[in-house]
Amino acid sequence: MEPILKGRNLVKRYGRVTALDHCDFDLMPGEILAVIGDNGAGKSTLIKAVSGAVAPDEGEIWLEGRKVDFHSPIDAREAGIETVYQTLAMSPALSITDNMFMGREIRRKGPLGSVFRMLDRPAMEKFARDKLNELGLMTIQNINQAVETLSGGQRQGVAVARAAAFGSKVIILDEPTAALGVKESRRVLDLIQDVKSRGIPIILISHNMPHVFEVADRIHVHRLGKRLCVIDPKDYTMSDAVAFMTGAKEPPEQDRAA
Amino acid sequence: MTESAQVSVDERIKQESFLAKLMKRPELGAIAGAILVCIFFLITADPAMFTLSGVMNFMTPAAQLGILAIGAALLMIGGEFDLSIGSMVAFSGLFFGVCVVTWQLPLVLSIPMTFAFAAAVGAINGNIVIRSGLPSFIVTLAFLFILRGLSLVGLKMATGGSTQLRGVRDQVENDWLAPVFSGEAFGGLFAWLAELGVVETFKNGAPKVPGIPVEILWFIAITLAATYVLLRTPAGNWIFASGGDKVAASNSGVPVNRVKISLFMLTACCAALVAIITVMDAGSTDARRGFQKEFEAIIAAVIGGCLLTGGYGSAIGAFFGSIIFGMVVIGLTYTDFDQDWFQVFLGAMLLIAVLFNNAIRKRVTGER
Repeated sequence: MEPILKGRNLVKRYGRVTALDHCDFDLMPGEILAVIGDNGAGKSTLIKAVSGAVAPDEGEIWLEGRKVDFHSPIDAREAGIETVYQTLAMSPALSITDNMFMGREIRRKGPLGSVFRMLDRPAMEKFARDKLNELGLMTIQNINQAVETLSGGQRQGVAVARAAAFGSKVIILDEPTAALGVKESRRVLDLIQDVKSRGIPIILISHNMPHVFEVADRIHVHRLGKRLCVIDPKDYTMSDAVAFMTGAKEPPEQDRAA
Repeated sequence: MTESAQVSVDERIKQESFLAKLMKRPELGAIAGAILVCIFFLITADPAMFTLSGVMNFMTPAAQLGILAIGAALLMIGGEFDLSIGSMVAFSGLFFGVCVVTWQLPLVLSIPMTFAFAAAVGAINGNIVIRSGLPSFIVTLAFLFILRGLSLVGLKMATGGSTQLRGVRDQVENDWLAPVFSGEAFGGLFAWLAELGVVETFKNGAPKVPGIPVEILWFIAITLAATYVLLRTPAGNWIFASGGDKVAASNSGVPVNRVKISLFMLTACCAALVAIITVMDAGSTDARRGFQKEFEAIIAAVIGGCLLTGGYGSAIGAFFGSIIFGMVVIGLTYTDFDQDWFQVFLGAMLLIAVLFNNAIRKRVTGER
């Protein structure tokens, strides 16, 4: 099967530090791929490269078999890759609706929209409500509520819903549960499963091994700027995974990434 | 349609009382403050303050400040400050004066040139702030002095040693564009109303209020336009987002830098508008014009509910903040108080407004 998102030979240097050292990356259609690695292993650089936040110095990225060249997260977004950032990427004083549509607002039809640039709030609200409903997030009922009045989990829920609503091809979640409590993390994990069941592949970056082992179909272990191995969470334990990513244990030959 | 009906009766959300909703509006504090100040002067001041001519009297300085305050409020919502707007009034006033008097240009050229000039200075301000990543407070503080100094030096160069450039009135008197930026509007209407006896008249039959000063109309128009942009257009959302969380906004695809630089340009243009109006009214331009207006404009914006950290506020709030300011400045002359109480009053209003806004914000976002 052809990967939906594929990176080959990616190199990114920051001054004298090589963050990505001829790294490969594969995301298969419909899967949840977890990316784990020690701090400084280069996993966030890898994610930034595929989400358009940084341009790799060398190497190529393909989306659905077509070579892509992203210069900004906006380019990636237009290609159908949505990213949910670790810091809750919301504008606090604005409503849920306005946040969902931030940067791609719907304007009124006719001159009200084209000349007076008026927002089509009813259409935006309906869309937002539908999307939150689809993902079972309707404990948030008042979509005109300012985002700052939501809990961390609810905010992350809105961020995931936004990504799911607009991300047609790939959704990247960067530490989505890092700032959340146990119950709230649970909701977000359920949400991730929900999104997956709708057929959208997900890249999940996380330090939380129980979360990774619970939802991931495959785990990409990143070490020293490279893909060390890709393992199946059913074949290994969490301590194995930690041992691979810290270098305490060599990965078995059949899982080794080329 | 049925769905939205279901949603509106969902039992899972707590119904908010009307009062609680009201408390969350940023402009509430300013409106409440305006009412309080109004009551204060109704009790203490000469009743002449609240006649038509009295109202025009305090609305004129309110409007001149308000035009600046609306610009300052938008910029503050966008997360930046501009301490140079007061000096900008003097500097663009100088440029305008030179266009009109020294170069003898008609208003139809002078006015757009002044706006373009102000916008360019605003863009320089904005670019330095954005590119250096320094706090706008410090960059624009530098421009506060630079522009004030340039106004002084420029005026001396233009006039050969004076810090005043006179003769603007003679140049613009018969210009067809002059009525848009100076004097009073609706003169005919007021004369007619005076004939009907609705408006008080002098003994010779001329109305005591010859019309609405144009700056008041500009002030209202700019407030309405700014409110519309903030609440009804994508640009408004972008302004809130840029001020609320810059990184989040740019991750969401908002052109944060462009938004902020445009706001700096807009604020400078507001200063230029005030400069044009006041220079044409006075017939001369002066290096001290707009002195300390930057602080007053920021005070009006803060009283109007703008947060110093950005991302929150309203143009309507700044509108009422400016009216409070005008009422206090002029109102004290109608009372027996020493006029110099004005500064005490202004400072106290600012402090109360900030404390009040802070408490409200904690309640709104509070509980977690």
